[in-house]
Amino acid sequence: MKIVIISKAEYVAPRFDLATEVTIYSVISGRTKGEPRTVLLPGPSGDDLCGLILKEDANMIVCGGIEEEHYQYLVWKKIKVVDRVIGKTADVLSLALAGNLQAGAIVRGEVDGGSEK
Amino acid sequence: MTCWPEILEILNGVPHGIALLDDQLRITEMNQVLNVITGYASEEVRGIREDYVLRGNFADQEKVLHEVLANGEMAVVEGDMITANRRKIPVRLTVSPVTIQSVSQPGLLMVVEDISLHRAKGLSADNQVALKDILGFSPRMQEIFELLPVLAHTDATVLVTGETGTGKDLLAEAIHKASKRAAYSFIKVNCGALPENLLESELFGHVRGAFTGAHSDKPGLFRLAQGGTIFLTEIGDLPLPLQVKLLTVLDDREFYPVGSSKKVKVDIRLITGTHRNLKELVDHGKFREDLYFRLNVLRAHLPPLREREGDIRLLRDHFVQLLAGNLGKKIKGFGQEAAEILNHYYYPGNVRELRNIVEYAVNICPGAKIEVAHLPTYIHSVTVKASQSLAETIRPEQQIEERQINGLSPLVLSEQAAAGQPVATSWSEIEKKKILAALSKTGGNRSKASKELGWGRSTLWRKINQYNLA
Repeated sequence: MKIVIISKAEYVAPRFDLATEVTIYSVISGRTKGEPRTVLLPGPSGDDLCGLILKEDANMIVCGGIEEEHYQYLVWKKIKVVDRVIGKTADVLSLALAGNLQAGAIVRGEVDGGSEK
Repeated sequence: MTCWPEILEILNGVPHGIALLDDQLRITEMNQVLNVITGYASEEVRGIREDYVLRGNFADQEKVLHEVLANGEMAVVEGDMITANRRKIPVRLTVSPVTIQSVSQPGLLMVVEDISLHRAKGLSADNQVALKDILGFSPRMQEIFELLPVLAHTDATVLVTGETGTGKDLLAEAIHKASKRAAYSFIKVNCGALPENLLESELFGHVRGAFTGAHSDKPGLFRLAQGGTIFLTEIGDLPLPLQVKLLTVLDDREFYPVGSSKKVKVDIRLITGTHRNLKELVDHGKFREDLYFRLNVLRAHLPPLREREGDIRLLRDHFVQLLAGNLGKKIKGFGQEAAEILNHYYYPGNVRELRNIVEYAVNICPGAKIEVAHLPTYIHSVTVKASQSLAETIRPEQQIEERQINGLSPLVLSEQAAAGQPVATSWSEIEKKKILAALSKTGGNRSKASKELGWGRSTLWRKINQYNLA
């Protein structure tokens, strides 16, 4: 299983179409396998990001705000999309692995703005 | 920074999304509209940076917010954001500095306005809304209507010229309404209406104690127009010292309020209007040349009503409908003779004068049609003056001799004189002619003639004796 988190530094990116970074986790039996892979895109593009997610054969993606068009496309491609998520990628991943991550989740770690920029 | 319940109640009554941020750009409060847009409740996102919650794409947003915090000046940015139901909506973000007194902590008030409706309507529709108050089918007015989108699209200074009553104020407001500043104030100031000292204080504001009677700070109209448009009408009457100050504002977009040592920055668009020929004022040293060039970036000249072919009929019918409707009268239009007189009248006061004439007639007329007797008497015996105002307006060649004519335009008058026809020279002569015409029309019946003239029978009898017509 592959989980892709659309990220911005160590946080989930606020917007899918403006993100230029994804963190890819391979998951076996509810645990990550090896180090996560970070892929940088040459520029922000929702369509290119969809292409990358399909190419990576991801099963689940976690993102912030996403447009209906991209959301429906990914769902149609049988990918589980958990959107409107706010939080650090590490904390969000933990919840996802535990099967407790919901759309609109605010994962309170250190998401107070001070450390991100 | 916490929000008092009363303040939150007020914020909830506003039909736009509102967020209060602390100095670290973290959410401290959101109103209900923004809760719906973002899909988060205020208490859920309190303490989280606004960009994660609003999900906008505002260019240099963070930089702008920090600038507002540092300078204390309001800022406006446009962009889009992703809503809770995954819609991308265009929004206008207005950010103002706020300080909660109880904790003396600076923060920001962010108003998120959904402008998708404005965008959907497009510029042309905006123009139609803006132009709905200006009527005209004449080619000269069509030129104005074609020019309007150009004037609205830019932020450059516009000089609107035209005789008195041609609709300079309406055009300035239409430009504002069709521009991107439409959501902000349109403030009109008549430069000729106030003495110099008062005008300076009105325009640029003053601080407490700047002069006797300045008991408190006054922001001034330039600051009140922040983000919007300020229309300085009768700019030709602006005193010379204020012309210098206005020039500075136009160049630097900042000024000192009266008595203040602190500069104030403004983001406004300036539109000016005048019925005077500014170039002539410049030549006579009454208007600064540099300011004239600065104001005359874009120019719109409104034609006088007499040059607007066919518009008199359109406007008079419009005004009858409007004013009769207001008074609850069932007036359908004009009698042939009254219409003829209105069509040939010179209208030195242009559209404003036409409206006043129609308003008078609608009030006087008891029936369904406005006849000659219901028109103001001066229309029958109008005095056309070669007044200073006409001489100063755009076409000096239109100067005409002062004489009294019987409701005819100068063109008809000159034709009459050229044909060797006698021209009425006094009011008594005109009145005598009117009485004779009425008597001959009614076969000498004084009762019918008095009705024709709109007088009482005794008035007619008195005037017949006065002019020895018996």
